[in-house]
Amino acid sequence: MSEYYKHEHLTGFGGVAAASPELGKKFFEWYGAVFEPGALTEREKCLIALAVAHTVQCPYCIEAYTGESLAKGADLEQMTEALMVATAIRSGATLVHGMQMIEKAKKLGA
Amino acid sequence: MTDAAPAEALAPAEAEASPHGVAASLHARGSPLAPAATQLRRLAEAAPELPAFADRLAAAGLPPLTRAPLQVFQVNLGKLCNMTCRHCHVDAGPDRAAETMSRETLQLCLDAIDRCAPAAVDVTGGAPELNPHFRWFVAECAARGLHVMDRCNLTVLTLPRFVDLPGFFAEHGVEVVASLPHWRRPSTDKQRGDGTFDRSIDALRRLNAVGYGAGDPRRVLTLVHNPVGAFLPSGQASMEKEWKIGLLRDHDVRFDRLIALNNMPIARFLDSLDAQGTTGDYLRQLHAAFNPAAVPGLMCRDTVSIGWDGQVFDCDFNQMLELPLSGVGHVRDLSPERLGPPVTARHCFGCTAGAGSSCGGATT
Repeated sequence: MSEYYKHEHLTGFGGVAAASPELGKKFFEWYGAVFEPGALTEREKCLIALAVAHTVQCPYCIEAYTGESLAKGADLEQMTEALMVATAIRSGATLVHGMQMIEKAKKLGA
Repeated sequence: MTDAAPAEALAPAEAEASPHGVAASLHARGSPLAPAATQLRRLAEAAPELPAFADRLAAAGLPPLTRAPLQVFQVNLGKLCNMTCRHCHVDAGPDRAAETMSRETLQLCLDAIDRCAPAAVDVTGGAPELNPHFRWFVAECAARGLHVMDRCNLTVLTLPRFVDLPGFFAEHGVEVVASLPHWRRPSTDKQRGDGTFDRSIDALRRLNAVGYGAGDPRRVLTLVHNPVGAFLPSGQASMEKEWKIGLLRDHDVRFDRLIALNNMPIARFLDSLDAQGTTGDYLRQLHAAFNPAAVPGLMCRDTVSIGWDGQVFDCDFNQMLELPLSGVGHVRDLSPERLGPPVTARHCFGCTAGAGSSCGGATT
């Protein structure tokens, strides 16, 4: 595993599209715009990002948005609640597929 | 005549609970980190690869720091405090009664203020209100038509002998610059001690009751946010909006503006970094976040900071690290033409990181 998930990947992320700079530039400009304050505050956007980071299980994103959430004024209780929302949706999504199971089982006469 | 004035003792019942893990001031603990020289050495050794602050300015194509016209005359009335907060760069606490500015030195400050004609007088500590000459000094400054700021820890306003202070502040048009690390209880109590949040809300309501926080320029209530941990604050304006909504909704408290400060790796915040083994990481974080745009607004360019014994510094941080302002010495000799260029060291990256940081908040 040692060649995967190196810490310095996070700080080097800005150069990931060096071989395709125009597309990279478009992505990072758009990415930056997404996190500008709008109808949602910067803190709220960071908490969403933090929750999604856990769902997609991205260690880079978890590190980045733990720090960003704190910097934008979130506290650990708010961050944990955001994580619980992600957990609820992820586990709920597993469970709700049980409806598919039940339907199929009924068709099979179980 | 000695500069060491007997301070009005802090009654044991007036001392607030320390945060978990903070037994007392470094001074009271006899910590090896208590002396300024040890702290400067830690800052140099913890991340030895980092450049000197002056070299980083040069690398960014910026000229050496120079003085701008003096705007803020900051006076540290002493290190005595009823609190023992985790992040305190002064290492203030209930044990530090001996380091209190005397009436004689305060008079020398007033004389220097008359010579220097600053726009504002910034009164800090410790808890400056615990200095027995506090009200006299504030009234003298206000009578000169100066804008006076009191850096208030809020809990001191709930002590029985100070409950009339909000009225005193209102009468003299004092801006109250109040520490509140977070608008929610857990983070505030973690940094400042259990019960601090509720006492702070009580104090804020008392200030609101005499007209603070309602947009009156003579009753300005400023809250000071600093991170509860080794990270930088970001988005001061956005945070102010959220705090205003949250404090009004949850606690019926109003304030005028929020300023966000970076934690300085000095005294007890340095000690907490050391305890976690993150001093080098924090210094690297400050250095990596160096923002050239924050340099012109550095407070050391237009501020002087007077220590409890009358020594003159560029800022409160240099004061705590015992790095005196070049060209002056004692406040009795202070005049605008004697102010040399700001003295810098490794900790100065704390004021140029991110959005910039000063006693007035972000500088960009």
